[in-house]
Amino acid sequence: MTEEKVHISEELEPILKQISDPEIPVLSILDLGVVRSAEIIDNVAQIKITPTYSGCPAMDVIGDDIEQALKEAGYASKVNLILSPAWSTEWITEEGKNALREYGIAPPMDATSDKKALLGEEKIVKCTNCGSTNTHLVSQFGSTACKALFKCNDCQEPFDYFKCLI
Amino acid sequence: MNKENLIKYILGIADNSLILGQRLGELTGHGPSLEVDIALTNISLDLFGQVRSYFQYAAQISEEEKTEDDFAFLRTEREYVNVLLVEQTNKDFAYVIGRQFLFDHFHFLLLNELQKSKDETLVAIAKKSLKEVSYHKRFSSDWVKRLGDGTEESKQKMQTAINDLWRFTEELFETTEADQEAIEAGIGVNVTALKDTYLANVSEVLTEATLEKPELQFFQSGGKKGIHSEQMGYLLSDMQFMQRTYPGMKW
Ligand SMILES: [Zn+2]
Repeated sequence: MTEEKVHISEELEPILKQISDPEIPVLSILDLGVVRSAEIIDNVAQIKITPTYSGCPAMDVIGDDIEQALKEAGYASKVNLILSPAWSTEWITEEGKNALREYGIAPPMDATSDKKALLGEEKIVKCTNCGSTNTHLVSQFGSTACKALFKCNDCQEPFDYFKCLI
Repeated sequence: MNKENLIKYILGIADNSLILGQRLGELTGHGPSLEVDIALTNISLDLFGQVRSYFQYAAQISEEEKTEDDFAFLRTEREYVNVLLVEQTNKDFAYVIGRQFLFDHFHFLLLNELQKSKDETLVAIAKKSLKEVSYHKRFSSDWVKRLGDGTEESKQKMQTAINDLWRFTEELFETTEADQEAIEAGIGVNVTALKDTYLANVSEVLTEATLEKPELQFFQSGGKKGIHSEQMGYLLSDMQFMQRTYPGMKW
C-alpha cells in the first residue's frame, strides 16, 4: 500500500550503507528504509530522509552522520527531512529484519498479526533469545517510541518488539 | 487564505500537542510504574515531534524572521491557543489517563479529517501523526477500562477524573475565526462536526469501563482565545525559563 520508489545512486549507496541507526547500531539506515532518495545534482549529494516516528531523536543524528560520511568521502551534501509519504515498517528490508532479530529486537510482523499481538489476543511474537512464541506483552511502549516491550514465559527474557507502523 | 491566519490555524492544532506534551514530560521519572512512565514520555515525545513539524511549517510561511523555537518558547501566555483540557495538572494517575483519553479521541478524529485538507504539508503531518495517535488512543482507552473496571478505589478515582475533566470537552468542538477561514479555504477541519462521533466513541469506552458518562450543563472554555487557567502560567515558566535565561539556545 505504501509502494514508493526509492532512488539511491549507485555511487552513494556503499557510503550510506555504512551508516547505522544510532539506537540500533546493527541496522543500516538503508535497511531501515529512512533514506528515500540519494542523488548527485550539480556536484552536491542530495539526500532525502523521512522520520520513523515524528519525535524520533535519532533523525537529527542520522542527518549529521550522513553529512559527515559524505564529507569524508569527498562529497558536499544536503540532507532534507521529508514527511510524505510517511515511513512504514514495511520499508524495513529482509536484511534489516534479520539484523534486528540478531540484535535482540523482534522485527515487525504484518499489520493483522501485529494488532493481535499488541492486544494480547494471540501469542505470536517470537522470543529473540530462545525462539519460543510463549511470550506476553508487558507494555505497548518500549525503550523507544518504535518499540513495545515483551517478555518470554519460557526463558523469562524481556525483549523489545519493533511495532508495526503502516 | 492569508499567511497570518494560516499560522493561527496551525497553532490552534499544534499548541494542544505542545502543552499536553509538556504536562506528560513532567512525569519523566515519576510514572506509577516503569512501563507507564516510559509509555507516557514516549507519547510526549511523539507529540513534541508532531509539534516541531507544525512549527517548522509555520516558521517557513511566516513573513517575519521566525523559527520553530520562537513559536514554542517565546510567546506570552495569551498567545497560546491550546484548549483548557490539555493544560490541566497531573493531579493523580486517573487524571493523567482521563485527560489523555479525552484528548486522544478528539485528536484522532481531527487528524483523520485533516488528511483531506487542501494543504499538502498539513496532510503529510496528519498522515504521519495519525499512525502515532492510534497507539496513544489505544493506550489511554485501555487504562480507562482497566481502572474503571478495576478495584472499587480505582473505579471511583477514574470516575472522579472523568467527571472533573468533562467540563473541558465542549471547547474541543468550538470553532475559532481562524478555523472558520481555514474551513472555507478547504484547509481546515470543521471540529464542530466531529462532536457526535467523539461522544459515541468516548461513551463506548466508558460503558466498557463500567463508568458513567457525565451529564453536565456547564462547560468551561477560553483556551482557544488565549484565556487560560491559573496553572498555565506555572507550566509556561517551567517550559520557557531556559530560553528566557539563555536567549537563542536551541532544543
Ligand atoms: Zn525465550
